[in-house]
Amino acid sequence: MSAQPFRNGAGGAVDRTKPLRFRFDGREYIGYEGDTLASALLANGVRLLGRSFKYHRPRGLFGAGFEDPNALVQLRSGNRTEPNIQASRVELYDGLVAESQNRWPSLDFDLGALTGVFSRLFPAGFYYKTFMWPASLWMTYEHVIRNIAGMGKSPVEPDPDRYAHRYQHCDVLVAGGGPAGIMAACAAAESGARVVLIEDAPRLGGALLSSQQRIDRMAGADWAARQETALRGMANVRVLTRTQAAGYYDHNTMIANERVADHLAEPAPYQPRQRIWHFRAREIVLAAGAMERPLVFAGNDLPNVMLVSAARTLAVRHGVRAGNRAVVFTNNASAYPAAAEMAAAGIRIAAIVDARAHIPDDERAIADKANIDVLPGHVVVAAEGGKHGVSRCVIARTPDSPATESVTGTRVIACDLLAVSGGWTPSVHLFSQSRGKLKFDAEKSCFVPNTGFQRERSAGACKGDFTLSACLEGGAGAGLDACKAAGLTPATMPVPACDPEPDVYPLALWALPWPDGNHDKRFVDLQNDVTAEDVALAHREGFRSVEHLKRYTTLGMGTDQGRTSNVNGLALMAGHRGEDIPAVGTTTFRQPFSPITMGAVAGDAIDEQMSPLRRTAMHDWHEKAGAPFVPAGAWLRAQAYPGPGESLRDAYLREAAHVRRHVGIVDVSTLGKIDVQGRDAAEFLNRLYINGFTKLDVGKCRYGVMLRDDGIAYDDGTVTRIADNRYLVTTTTVHAGPVLNYMERHAQIVWPELDVKLTSVTEDWAAIAIAGPHSRDVLARVIDGIELSNDACPFMAYREGTLGGVPVRLFRISFSGELAYEINVPADYGLAAWEALLDAGKDLHISPYGTEAMGILRIEKGHVVGSEINGRATADDLGFGRMLSAKKRYIGDVLKDRPALTEPGRKQLVGIRPVDGRSRIPRAAQIVRDPDAARPVIMEGEVTSVCESPNVGMPIGLALVKDGRARIGEKLIAASPVMATNVAVEICDPVFIDPAGERLHG
Amino acid sequence: MLEITCPWCGKRAQTEFSYEGDATVSRPDTCDEKAFFDYVYLRDNPRGWHDELWQHTAGCRRFVKVRRHVTTHEIAATAKPGDALPALEETER
Repeated sequence: MSAQPFRNGAGGAVDRTKPLRFRFDGREYIGYEGDTLASALLANGVRLLGRSFKYHRPRGLFGAGFEDPNALVQLRSGNRTEPNIQASRVELYDGLVAESQNRWPSLDFDLGALTGVFSRLFPAGFYYKTFMWPASLWMTYEHVIRNIAGMGKSPVEPDPDRYAHRYQHCDVLVAGGGPAGIMAACAAAESGARVVLIEDAPRLGGALLSSQQRIDRMAGADWAARQETALRGMANVRVLTRTQAAGYYDHNTMIANERVADHLAEPAPYQPRQRIWHFRAREIVLAAGAMERPLVFAGNDLPNVMLVSAARTLAVRHGVRAGNRAVVFTNNASAYPAAAEMAAAGIRIAAIVDARAHIPDDERAIADKANIDVLPGHVVVAAEGGKHGVSRCVIARTPDSPATESVTGTRVIACDLLAVSGGWTPSVHLFSQSRGKLKFDAEKSCFVPNTGFQRERSAGACKGDFTLSACLEGGAGAGLDACKAAGLTPATMPVPACDPEPDVYPLALWALPWPDGNHDKRFVDLQNDVTAEDVALAHREGFRSVEHLKRYTTLGMGTDQGRTSNVNGLALMAGHRGEDIPAVGTTTFRQPFSPITMGAVAGDAIDEQMSPLRRTAMHDWHEKAGAPFVPAGAWLRAQAYPGPGESLRDAYLREAAHVRRHVGIVDVSTLGKIDVQGRDAAEFLNRLYINGFTKLDVGKCRYGVMLRDDGIAYDDGTVTRIADNRYLVTTTTVHAGPVLNYMERHAQIVWPELDVKLTSVTEDWAAIAIAGPHSRDVLARVIDGIELSNDACPFMAYREGTLGGVPVRLFRISFSGELAYEINVPADYGLAAWEALLDAGKDLHISPYGTEAMGILRIEKGHVVGSEINGRATADDLGFGRMLSAKKRYIGDVLKDRPALTEPGRKQLVGIRPVDGRSRIPRAAQIVRDPDAARPVIMEGEVTSVCESPNVGMPIGLALVKDGRARIGEKLIAASPVMATNVAVEICDPVFIDPAGERLHG
Repeated sequence: MLEITCPWCGKRAQTEFSYEGDATVSRPDTCDEKAFFDYVYLRDNPRGWHDELWQHTAGCRRFVKVRRHVTTHEIAATAKPGDALPALEETER
């Protein structure tokens, strides 16, 4: 067991009786339960945790929470590995494995650090300036750059874990479980509101967990634990810890990401790893806290230069000394209690270097009590040391002017920890996402919420109230205010007493001058390696807007989105522009606050859950028969039924031939079926279809075509009059949903005066088409109550009867051109009807056929489908010109006559066949006269459907060809540059089989 | 995510609805080609309040008139298709 040389023997919220083993970069260490990965590493004296993005500079922990830009690790291994995880937010568990990122071959010896040596070659905007020419080599450059610049590595294996989504309404949602959030939640809960409290950490408390401040005469952390227990015990409260309030969206929606099992080696069986919550709150309280801000000076990125709050958290919460001898560099009061607590944890504070010339008495008293020297009116101008940490810092008198470039009269203080505080930045991210407008508080030198937009209010540090008493009071007030706004009666909420602390009024100090002999980089954005010089360069080159500054220098990009860098960057730009910070403004804060893994975003909408899969009542039969399936809309349809050793192609050619000689059945349950009822149903259909429907008798079907209002053909199908005021409309499989929607729109919006009701009954009925010369004979054996003779049940008749006692609807319609019927039975009886037909037709060689054979049969008959009704063809183009009624109004009647839709040269539906009688016609080919003609080759048309036709005895196809109907017999070329095939084809009538229609009338 | 009040079903999440376009255009009753051309192709694109149609697709399947602010996504009012939304001045006030 390693010694954990920087761990104190007592203190902090770690359980020293529960050691946990973990590995970092292959080496084994021990930490304790209650540690983060970062605190455990620092307890072991590991300070070099990663390399920076651009210059590969050695980096260590900088912040103790969300704000840390540096210590990003590759967490876990194999199919659970995840890149760019903040070590400061990873709860330690036994067996944890992590690797540092962005280094090669090792963290200690990183060749990429050479980019730092040549950093003059990598100025701001170098992506835009370099590698611009020749463009053809960009792919090579990009590859090299990406290799050097890469962060972590994505997993390549499928994610083994599950993710979930949940939806919840509440009266008051509180985002943030620090002192303000706890008080807000308690106040709202006491008032009887349905409350949700969200906290990112494993337990409530926020900053209380990292300080020794007392509330209600007990340690802040204990008070928080007591409140948490109380809140969790209330039926109207849901407390979600390990949950990040990730995004504030419209209409008071908030998305939160709960890390259900990330603190475990792997999730328990059936436990999701993470869960996305979708909250809709009447009122929201934002209590997101604040993040400490760095100071900008030479070498401010060295390992063990960290925020004061990070060093304090390590000391108080984890019992870890980030160093043995510290310099605390601050421009504000908050470092004083922190330094005292660090000292109490055994860190020797060499000095508090305070940029302010005058230190208020209460702050001075804190330092005196802890026996800490204060150097007022001084600043740190450089940190020096090596890859394993800072070893000394250079201090000077606070410069008089922010424009001061260099200072003399410096002195050096040895230290192995430099804790810095440049003031505090309220977490206004959620407020800003809610469309709230910010204002700059010059006294506290930070942006704070100004005018809100949605139903929210901020409380505590995210509002700029930095002291504990202000947080407690503001939180209680916000909770009560939210209840009132939600229409509830607010309870009374006593605010507990707490230890006083000085408020934060930082001295503006945006970038410090260099000392003599040290010209090291002064980083503004640690994650993206953006320096104060880069900001100046961007300004010189004209990128003055903050949005341009961000994109040109990458300031504020990356996984931390500039949490620690934004304000310093803006302030520097404001200085260069000679303007106020508010005049410069901020970049837009976008959701999510912190990265969310894609698995959580997808939730359980993966694989089969991604979209509903629809199977017909006969699906299992098709499957057992060995049919491959093809998707059609959300449906799966049987493609063909290959026999043993039979290829798919042989199977569907056999099926297509068989139907025309004997009899076959096909599952057509997927066709859309819409039940149309009402007094005005006939009139409604009459207005929808181009052909007339008012004179359709009960017991008859009619083929119909619909246009869109722009005059283009939309869909086709049959309309059957079931009863006086009741019709059944069929649609194509894929258009079932859109056509219903289209009909609903016209029924509800365009013609609300018509009495018509529309219901989708697609799934209520299983549908089987039976086609072929023997179809009537087979049906006669199974159907009762219907006289099937040609006279009694002619083409386009509709009859009702029974099949084995089950009600059956029978339509004498034909898609194949054969004598054919379609029967509908209640879906539960679909399989029984299917098997009954197969049984009854055995001696007549009945055979099932799939969508491929169905397609062949319809092409042979010249029937159009979606390939021809393609959103560009008119009714006349498709050969439906004669159906267009001149006696009534219908959708599309006016615009169908526009010149462009009626003039010569329209592409019209024709058949095509290979001139040589055997060459297969390439799919989606263009019809041209001469494929070798000068470019651009003039297009005469396009091939829409092709097949091999066993009944015609050669490949055939349908095509839309300019003036096609007048060009029957003409020989053209079907050219497919994609397939590199040209086939000579002859234009012919689109109906290849039985043009007189004798078969289907037989 | 928007919350839309369906006049028949009450407040429902946006995911139950589908957007169905501009509610301010109405299908011409004439055979005038120009009027139909405008109906099919021409839409205003106002910045601010917009009256639009949504369909409660995963609910009652009724069409709903919605007055939505296109830059802020506020919804000022909803109504049945046959009913009028409040006067625009009222919303803007």
